[in-house]
Amino acid sequence: MATTFHIAVCAGIVPDPLQTLEPTTTPGGPAIKNEMLLPAVLDPWAASALYEAADLASRVPGSKLWLVSLGPKARLQQVMMTVAQKVAFELVPIDSPQGGFADAAATAEAIASTIEAIPNLDRAKLLLFGGWESASRGAGVTLQFVGERLRIADQFFGVDQIIVHDDGSFEVLERVEGGKHQVSVCAGAPAVLGWATGNLAEPRNNPQIGMANMRTVMPALQRAKAAALDANGLRYVAVSLPRQQRETRVVQDMTPDQIAAELVAWIGKDR
Amino acid sequence: MESILVLTHADESGSALTKASLEAVTAGRDLAARLNAELRIGIVAAKPQLLSKGLLCAAPKGLQCAAPVLAVAGEAFAQARFASDAAACTELCRAAQPTLVLAPHSSRFARVMAAVAHRVGGAIDTHIAALGGAEGFETTRWFYRQRIEAVIRRDKRPWFLLLEPGTNPAFAADPHAPAAPSDQIAIAVELPELRTQVTGFRAPKVDEQTIRPDAQLLFVAGAGWTKKQPDGQVHTGEAAELILKFLRASGASLGSSKSLVDQGGEGNSVLPFLTHLNQVGQTGATPRHAKGLSTCCHGEEPHVVGWRFIGERRAVNLDPNCGWTRGKADVVYIADAFAVMQRVNALLGSSDT
Ligand SMILES: Cc1cc2nc3c(=O)[nH]c(=O)nc-3n(C[C@H](O)[C@H](O)[C@H](O)COP(=O)(O)OP(=O)(O)OC[C@H]3O[C@@H](n4cnc5c(N)ncnc54)[C@H](O)[C@@H]3O)c2cc1C
Repeated sequence: MATTFHIAVCAGIVPDPLQTLEPTTTPGGPAIKNEMLLPAVLDPWAASALYEAADLASRVPGSKLWLVSLGPKARLQQVMMTVAQKVAFELVPIDSPQGGFADAAATAEAIASTIEAIPNLDRAKLLLFGGWESASRGAGVTLQFVGERLRIADQFFGVDQIIVHDDGSFEVLERVEGGKHQVSVCAGAPAVLGWATGNLAEPRNNPQIGMANMRTVMPALQRAKAAALDANGLRYVAVSLPRQQRETRVVQDMTPDQIAAELVAWIGKDR
Repeated sequence: MESILVLTHADESGSALTKASLEAVTAGRDLAARLNAELRIGIVAAKPQLLSKGLLCAAPKGLQCAAPVLAVAGEAFAQARFASDAAACTELCRAAQPTLVLAPHSSRFARVMAAVAHRVGGAIDTHIAALGGAEGFETTRWFYRQRIEAVIRRDKRPWFLLLEPGTNPAFAADPHAPAAPSDQIAIAVELPELRTQVTGFRAPKVDEQTIRPDAQLLFVAGAGWTKKQPDGQVHTGEAAELILKFLRASGASLGSSKSLVDQGGEGNSVLPFLTHLNQVGQTGATPRHAKGLSTCCHGEEPHVVGWRFIGERRAVNLDPNCGWTRGKADVVYIADAFAVMQRVNALLGSSDT
C-alpha cells in the first residue's frame, strides 16, 4: 500500500466512571469536587480511537501516530503510566485545567494550534481521530471544531469501522438512528473520524511498549505548554445532581408465575 | 430581539421531515411565541418542495400565518454527508441571519453543526434537554454522561442548540387550517469538492432489527443470561430464544450491558443478535423509553447512567444486593429471569392469539 497516514488522536482524561461525582463551585466556574483526587482514565471513546489508530498504523506501514491530550500535567502523567503500555505513540500533551465545564471552542483552539505545530506532521496525510463525544462534556463538538480549524473537508462521527483500500480511499461505518450504520466511501486523508466503540478490545498491557513510550512521554510532559481556556461567554446558571434515588420495592416472595403476571400487566396496555 | 431559525432535514425516504426535525419545529414555535421572536424554518433535502406541507401553519404559536421557509435543494442533499450538509446549513444561516438556531440532535446534524457554528462565528451547545429562563434565555443540558445537570447561558450569537430527540412533541400540521404554506425561498449553495459518497446503510448481521427507538419498553439483557446458572450449566441458546421471543411478542427495544456485548470479543456477542449498538450506559446509548425492564444485569453505575431518560424501571435479578435494589429501579424482583421470562412469554403468546 503506497498510502501512509499521519494519525493524531485527540483524547482527554476523565474521572473513572465507577466514581461518584459531585459538582462544586470554584472561582473559575463549576467543577467536580475533589477532581484531582479521583482516579482518572483516558476518555473511553477516545481510547477506542487510540486502539483503532494503532491497529491502522500497524497495517499501513510508514504511518505515524500522535496522542494529543489536554489536561493537568500531573494527571496526564498518571494516566500515561497505563495507557503507554497499550500501544505505541508519541505523546503531545497540553497542560491545562481541563474538565467537562470548560468551553469546547477554547479547548479545540488549543488542540488545533498544537497539532499545527507538530514537527513532521504532513497535514495532507492527516487522519484526526478522537471520541465522537467525551465522557465529561459529552457535546461531540470539539473534534469538529478542530477539523474546521485545520480546514479538513471530510468528517465522520460515531465511527465503528474504517476499511482502507489500496488507493488510500476508505470505507467508513458511522452510527445513525435505529441501530444502523451509514456506509460512506471517502477519497482519503485528510479526514476527521470521531469514534464510537469500534471493534477492538482494549489491548493488554505490554511492558516493552510501555518502556519505549515512556522514553518520549516523560520529556514531552516536561515540555508541555500551558494553555488557558477562555470561557467565551459561557455562563452556568445552575449545576446540580439529579434526584437519583427511587423508592425501590424489592420483591422477594413472589413465584415466577406471579411476577410474570405482574410484569405483563405493567407492560400491558402500551404494547 | 432574538430571531430564530429552525433547521430541519428529510428522512431517508426524502419525502418527509424526520420526527426529530418536527420536534425542533415545535420547540421553535414555542420559543418564538415566548420571546416574541421572528421564526424561520430551514430545510436540507434533495426535494424540499415535497416537505412544506408538513410545515403548514408552523408559525409561532398564536399567529395565523406560516413561518417563512428557506430551503436548499439538489441531489447532493439526499446524502447525509459532512461537506454538503455543512455547506447547506451555513448558507441557510447566512440567509436567515438568526440569533438562535434550533436543530434536532440527529446523527445528520450532529455531524456538521459545530462546523457550521464555527463558520458563522457562533457558539454551539448540544444534547439540549430544555429551553427556559424567566429572565433571559437559558438552556439545560447534562454533563459527565447524564450524571450532572446544568443550566447555561451564552451571550454569543448566533447560538446553535441541538435538541435532544424526544424532549418536544412533534409538530403536526393542521390540514384544515386556512393558511396556505408559505412559498419556499430557495437558497443557493456553492458545493465544495465532494470527496465522500454515502453508499448505503448496514444493519448488524442479524435476522431482525432489535433497536426500536419508538418502542414504549426498553428490555435490557445483562451478562447473567450467559453465566453459569444454579444447575452449574450455561444456557445461552435458551437465553437467546427467550429474549427474541419476548422482543417479538412485546415490540420492545433491546438494550444490553457492556459485559454481555463484550463477551464475544471483536464486536461479536455470544448472543448473535447483540452488538455494541445495543449497549446502554457510559460508553453506550442513553435511549428514551417510557419503561425499562432489566434482566440478569447487575445495575452498576456505568450501566445505569444510560437509563437517565427511562421513565418506570423494573428489574429481575437473583441477587438482592444488586445495584437496582439501591434506589435505581422502582421494582426489583429477586428471581430467576429464565423462569420469569418463560412465563411472561407464555402469557404474551396466549394474549396475542
Ligand atoms: C470505562 C467504563 C465504561 C463502562 N461503560 C459501560 C456501559 O456503557 N454499559 C454497561 O452496561 N456497563 C459499562 N461498564 C461496565 C459496568 O461497570 C459493569 O461491569 C457492567 O455493566 C456489568 O454488566 P452486567 O450487569 O450485565 O454483568 P454482571 O456484573 O456480571 O452481572 C450479572 C448479573 O446477572 C445476575 N444473574 C445471573 N443469573 C441470573 C438469573 N438467572 N436471573 C436473574 N439474574 C441473574 C447476577 O445476579 C448479576 O447481578 C463500564 C465500565 C467502565 C470501567
